[in-house]
Amino acid sequence: MGRYLIRRVLFMILVLFVVSLITFIIFVKLPASDPARRAAGRQTTPENVEAARHAFGLDRPLYVQYGRFAKGLIPWPGLFLNEDVYYSYTNFVPVKEEIFSRLPVTITLAVGAAITWVLMGIPIGIISAVKRGSVWDRTSMVFALIGVSAPVFWLAYLFLYIFWFKLGWAPPSGIPIGESVIQAVFSGVFILPWLVLSLTFAAFYARMVRGNLIETMGEDYIRTARAKGLSEKRVIYKHGLRAALTPVVTMFGLDLATLLGGAFITETVFNLPGIGQYAVRSIFTNDFPSVMGVTLFGAFFIALANLCVDIAYAFLDPRVRYT
Amino acid sequence: MAEPLLEVKNLSVHFPTDDGLVKAVDGVSFSLLPGETLGVVGESGSGKSVSFLTVMGLIDTKRAIIEGEIIFQGQDLLTLPPDEMRTVRGEKISMIFQDPMTSLHPYYKVGDQIAEAVRVHQQVSKQEAHEQAVEMLRRVGIPRPDERADQYPHEFSGGMRQRAMIAMALSLNPDLLIADEPTTALDVTVQAQILDLLDRLKQEFNAAIVIVTHDLGVVAEHCDHIQVMYAGKIVEAGDRRDIYYGAHHPYTWGLLASIPRLNDSDVKERLSPIRGLPPSLIFVPPGCAFHPRCPHVFDRCRTEVPELLPADGHHASRCHLSLAEKERIFQEEVMARS
Repeated sequence: MGRYLIRRVLFMILVLFVVSLITFIIFVKLPASDPARRAAGRQTTPENVEAARHAFGLDRPLYVQYGRFAKGLIPWPGLFLNEDVYYSYTNFVPVKEEIFSRLPVTITLAVGAAITWVLMGIPIGIISAVKRGSVWDRTSMVFALIGVSAPVFWLAYLFLYIFWFKLGWAPPSGIPIGESVIQAVFSGVFILPWLVLSLTFAAFYARMVRGNLIETMGEDYIRTARAKGLSEKRVIYKHGLRAALTPVVTMFGLDLATLLGGAFITETVFNLPGIGQYAVRSIFTNDFPSVMGVTLFGAFFIALANLCVDIAYAFLDPRVRYT
Repeated sequence: MAEPLLEVKNLSVHFPTDDGLVKAVDGVSFSLLPGETLGVVGESGSGKSVSFLTVMGLIDTKRAIIEGEIIFQGQDLLTLPPDEMRTVRGEKISMIFQDPMTSLHPYYKVGDQIAEAVRVHQQVSKQEAHEQAVEMLRRVGIPRPDERADQYPHEFSGGMRQRAMIAMALSLNPDLLIADEPTTALDVTVQAQILDLLDRLKQEFNAAIVIVTHDLGVVAEHCDHIQVMYAGKIVEAGDRRDIYYGAHHPYTWGLLASIPRLNDSDVKERLSPIRGLPPSLIFVPPGCAFHPRCPHVFDRCRTEVPELLPADGHHASRCHLSLAEKERIFQEEVMARS
């Protein structure tokens, strides 16, 4: 297990290196507006542009430029997202500051939504599978179909319209100025975003759990469990779910990681200053240090989630062993 | 005569499907004495497995129409409420299945799976149940049972898994053990070991055993009685000797002829299979269900369903041929070949 872990961590570093390299190459190769020219302003002199270019380090050879960015990705105090390099080309705010001020919002949004969809999707899936063909099953699968099909932005506006504008149950979108994320959670700002973001996932998980459980209940070892004289409850909840939920763990890890990289649409509609918004804005303004920062953050979460899921699998499925 | 342990009377199990009514089991009657071994033989789809899954109460009553009576120790299992049926299942009647690779739960330790069966039916501590599981593994011939109990099914070979299944099935000392194709998925060398084990355990536990199989060769040495099933009906029933040395039904002849034999003569004999395919259980042929495949078919077979008629006290067959013809054909065509 120890050797496996070391190998996996080394592989993770390699993946992140490749991601950063590709991100850099895209920046270099894509014809986009010159950051130095934009930073120097509309009324400017060639000297000013050159000065800006020098300040950004864009006059250096490409490998030096990449090296400076790569160095800033090493998680070490003084190096990590250092402000010499990771400094926005557009609004001149350190990338570190942007990411870390936005991270609590994104984490709150993602984790809250994840809890919501697990609490909705898994029980719905289980009940549908157990009461297969019943009215409950049909109804929840219709809802699941709607949930899977409905676009998030549409759901978001629909929910805002109903629950804020018409009924007044939920607060308007956005975190009021001066309120911390924790305060915002307690004043209910996140309730609608959590619901909207989780609905698609909940629908998907409900269908997956239902399918897995129905398939598992047809397995020979379930017949064996029944033949032992176990109660139907025990057969379903101990023998059936154990096997049916294991693949769900994999999905969950990866879905949560993806959301930690930012949920742009939900963040935008509900006006939440999260990573997703920042990432999209940075891409539109060709703000390379910011793009590099958020891309690597997202990639890091996904790589980490992959590792966690694989390790969790060894504990969940005795047939899986790592060497 | 002793009171039968199990008496099945006119059992029918029909499954309504979109294509029509599947008559998986169609009017089956038989009885089984305590401590007896019964072999049930037939091709796939003959209703042999379904009959005994019904005895176990493992057929979903929502999807099947079950009629008849299954009297076990004086109780009709078909009228028993589910809770009471559950105490019968596992404790009084237990079952092992065809494929030991998939019949054990892959995520739980073998010992725990056996101990679970014990704990459901008996008020014992976890520790005691575990000790009982280890003891059972030892009795079915698994070496180092205390270590093996803490392993998962994937760490067991096929034969070992079937032994573990048997240990689980016998852990509550049932009166009846149903073995549904217990050796089909195993290597030939392991098959004999498992059947010998069943024989030995039958003596030790004094249980009646039903061996369901498609292979007459398998049950030859191990069964007191044999019944042959075809298209949901029993077509021949009798003692072991009746079947092997004087079978009366053309289907049984076919099964006997399709057992591979190694003769000391160097005549290379081809296996003679039963021609044709098992019939559809929705559109069962009129008359005798076997008539389209029967080499001895005559007019009466196509219209009139033969009754299961006893030739003597213990030997019965469902065929229109006269007893004299049956004996003649068996001597001339079946015995001559083997």
